[in-house]
Amino acid sequence: MSIKVELQPQSQPGAGAQVAPSWPMLRTLAGIAILSGLLVVLVYQATKPIIAENERILTEQAVFEVLPGAVSKVDFVLSDQGLVPAGEGAVGISVFAGFAADGQLRGVAFPGAARGYQDVIQFLFGYDPACECIIGSKVLRSTETPGLGDKIDTDPVFLENFVALDASLNPEGTGLANPIVLVAHGTKAAPWQIDGISGATISGKAMARAANDAAERFVPSIRQELAKLVEAAP
Amino acid sequence: MAELPNPQENLSLDTFLRGIWTENPVFAMLLGMCPVLAVTNSTMNAIAMGLATTFVLVCSSLLISLLRNWIPKQVRIASYIIIIATFVTIVDYGIQAISLELYAALGAFIQLIVVNCVILGRAEAYASKQRLHTTLVNSLGMGAGFTIALLALGTVREILGSGSILGVALFGEGFQPWVVMILPPGGFFVLGAWLLLFNWLRLRKERRVMEQSGVAANAG
Repeated sequence: MSIKVELQPQSQPGAGAQVAPSWPMLRTLAGIAILSGLLVVLVYQATKPIIAENERILTEQAVFEVLPGAVSKVDFVLSDQGLVPAGEGAVGISVFAGFAADGQLRGVAFPGAARGYQDVIQFLFGYDPACECIIGSKVLRSTETPGLGDKIDTDPVFLENFVALDASLNPEGTGLANPIVLVAHGTKAAPWQIDGISGATISGKAMARAANDAAERFVPSIRQELAKLVEAAP
Repeated sequence: MAELPNPQENLSLDTFLRGIWTENPVFAMLLGMCPVLAVTNSTMNAIAMGLATTFVLVCSSLLISLLRNWIPKQVRIASYIIIIATFVTIVDYGIQAISLELYAALGAFIQLIVVNCVILGRAEAYASKQRLHTTLVNSLGMGAGFTIALLALGTVREILGSGSILGVALFGEGFQPWVVMILPPGGFFVLGAWLLLFNWLRLRKERRVMEQSGVAANAG
């Protein structure tokens, strides 16, 4: 089988073909690009403070949700130098100390993430140093299947796992004494275990992994620098 | 410079209504199917996406109509895309300023408005050839038609898949949501049902017109 290909002769400039002048094209594209850039910068500058305020409100709501009883928060950053107040040029992962109305430290909220069924799920966990346990959780970003995977943020029975989930440290204070794991529904026997949920097994496992990894990373620093957190009360 | 092969359209009610019914971007032309199927799992998402698309459609069509005699035809598509992308970026920031939760719910589909064929199609077929005021009315009609279509899908899918409308529960505790309706297959089911309805209505109307013309011919 052969394929016949006919090559069209290329039109030569000046040989009958009309060549479009370059200047109008350049002028148009440059003009439109300048106009576009101007509009985008104007809108960016106008909306920047509003978006920053929206982000602040959203973070505050999430922190107060995972730390019941907290009414104010102070932002910290977990950097190479440990926990340092945010906004002093410190670079690292944000954690939030939540305080009750009387100025008592109610707990610390820290982020966690793990790959779920669809994509990476991002969480915020609330940790209470008094009971050395996770006392709240919230899904910050998820694309899990509605009605199935998203149960990890809506099912009240499953969320009870995170009301007093043990996250105590080992005697050396370097990591968790017991890893946080998801177990089959109805077989939970220890306070560091999460009772599974039907229809959201992969998402539930992701949440357990995120809680375990986040606690391993943040809880040792929180214990070491608890005094600094307590003194930061607003 | 861009030529004007089509005659200028005179402004009439049909300039607006065409986008809603006879040339509806979704139900008649089947354009912009990506957001139609993806973000109509709730009424609020459908309204937000419809309004965002309408804003981009109207603003980009107006600017293209305004510059139609100034844009050389060789670079017209590149110019249209820059103009459309500009207004998509504006909408993107605007939605973030209005509600970050809504922005997260709509996800990447806000940015994907830039490749919505309804907008580029109107720019190429209408705005680049018509005057400013007819372009404004026509793009408003097209935007309204697109929003109504999204709303038609979003409302049905939210009622069946979540048992609510705009987040307000319609049924009692015993209601078992039909979850597949808020999943991607539900988008196809509901779109298919609406297309079935509109095609049936169109065929019925055509049949009646034929019957009436046949009766008139026999009587004559």
